[in-house]
Amino acid sequence: MTQLIIVCIYLTLLLGLGLSASRLFRGTSKDYLLASHSIGPFLLLMSLFGTTMTAFALVGSTGEAFAEGVGVYGMLASSSGIIHSLCFFLIGVKLWSFGRRHGYTTQAQFFRDRLESDRLGLLLFPILVGLVIPYLLIGVIAAGATIAGVTAGTFDPGTFPASWEEGARGGVPSEIGSLVICGVVLVYVFFGGMRGTAWANAFQTVVFMVLGLVTFVVIAKQLGERETLLESLRAASAAIPEEKASRVEIGRLTFFTYLLVPLSVGMFPHLFQHWLTARSAATFKLPVVAHPLMIMVVWLPCVLMGAWAAGVPELAEIQPNLILPVMVRQAGPLLSGLLTAGILAAIMSSLDSQFLCIGTIFTTDIVLHYRRGREVSEREKVLYARLFIVAIVAITYGFSLLESRRVFTLGVWCFSGFSSLFPLVLAAVYWRRLTKAGAYASVLAAAISWAVLFWQSQFGLNPNFTVAGMMPVVVMVAASSVALVVVSLVSRPPSEATLAKFFRE
Amino acid sequence: MRYVVPLLVAALLVLHQDDWFFGFWAEPKLVFGFLPATLLYHAGISLAAGLTWYLAVTFCWPEELDAVEPESSESEAGA
Repeated sequence: MTQLIIVCIYLTLLLGLGLSASRLFRGTSKDYLLASHSIGPFLLLMSLFGTTMTAFALVGSTGEAFAEGVGVYGMLASSSGIIHSLCFFLIGVKLWSFGRRHGYTTQAQFFRDRLESDRLGLLLFPILVGLVIPYLLIGVIAAGATIAGVTAGTFDPGTFPASWEEGARGGVPSEIGSLVICGVVLVYVFFGGMRGTAWANAFQTVVFMVLGLVTFVVIAKQLGERETLLESLRAASAAIPEEKASRVEIGRLTFFTYLLVPLSVGMFPHLFQHWLTARSAATFKLPVVAHPLMIMVVWLPCVLMGAWAAGVPELAEIQPNLILPVMVRQAGPLLSGLLTAGILAAIMSSLDSQFLCIGTIFTTDIVLHYRRGREVSEREKVLYARLFIVAIVAITYGFSLLESRRVFTLGVWCFSGFSSLFPLVLAAVYWRRLTKAGAYASVLAAAISWAVLFWQSQFGLNPNFTVAGMMPVVVMVAASSVALVVVSLVSRPPSEATLAKFFRE
Repeated sequence: MRYVVPLLVAALLVLHQDDWFFGFWAEPKLVFGFLPATLLYHAGISLAAGLTWYLAVTFCWPEELDAVEPESSESEAGA
């Protein structure tokens, strides 16, 4: 019960923070969606990092290291340190400058202008929203699993409907936990907008980093049971099975082709929106440099804890998604309550940006774009954004009630989809010869290859699905790149006016 | 340094595939008694990435973008 009370206090604090930010709201949709381009380096770093480090980073990485070994760090953490910053540097800063110069709020606005095609926005809209849904799903599933795992044994049998109690083992059923987290995030996003989201992200990023390190130390002491931390670390690591301390369980080609997965950040719609909140181009410098180091601070302890868990016989039958919450629960009621708050902080700091982003793209790319001359008031814009967010969250919550997937697997499918659109954004920024037809061909090739491969993987149920030993993302990126280049070269180039607008020597 | 930074980024991507050079793939050895060798190596890649990006923003920053100002009405964007 103590854990539950601490989690409730934390959620209340968060609501208070979101409501405080709403007092600074300037009443315009631009302020609601982009915080009036006022975000400085520290807040940008925290919000970019908090947004990209999802449930995937804490719950997913620990579970995956438990299942596959410490090679998980190289597959996604060290590669992301190189490639995320590369995307911020090469893509983020340029898109910020286009957004600042021409007043864009969403990716579709940029692509419509750059490729002289109104309908391209209409094609991109369902694809981007469709790919954000599994990303949201990761957070919703992990939030429910975390609360259920940590509160196990709190309630007597019969407290909740029997079908809900099955996996909860006397804790808060994941159906309820997920719903409460969605509700809290919705409230502070609705009241605080982008400013509230950025503040809440910064606050939660600090919370989950600090509590993440505390979790690491506490669990090391518990598993190692020695006097000093170093001795405990050695004792805990000594029990790691050999196959988990190396990479023998990961295919070499799979590891190599994982390098393409982090390219997804170049096309995340919520990161695009965060980039546009920056006060100036120079604001990006701190996030570019610090991002790899912060990834290391979060992922290294999580991966090590997952490997330790693989050496504990009592945990052998636990689902990978539940490994972190179950380990945290052993830290005693008070500490495990605080640590749970840290895990939920990481989850919510991604959900909030994603919620806000899907509302933004619906209002901007559909409602305002097709308003047919009718004036839409500031109040209406914010209302439409909120209604769409609620609809998507309801759909996501519905999916979370279906058969559960590994958080990590679901994340990789989602990221692979966004990576397959990376050739489009790279070419749009740097290749003058990219054409409207080439862009359509690229988006369609990405969408079709993703859908076919996802279907072949039994919709994510097979966590080890590969194509000839390679990650499916290779096929998707290759298909979209070839389609983009070939079709662009044989179709009419963009007008000189458009090229002059985007390519200034 | 402008030309060195892209080479450093390329080197990081190559070094990321440590098995091509150091053969940590099947090595379960624990460094300092608690850190698997492959994990320590990749933590080193993360640190090297931070240093490389520091050099990138110091020597390769697109200064001209710092002076970007709005040109068109925001409500008209993309419409």
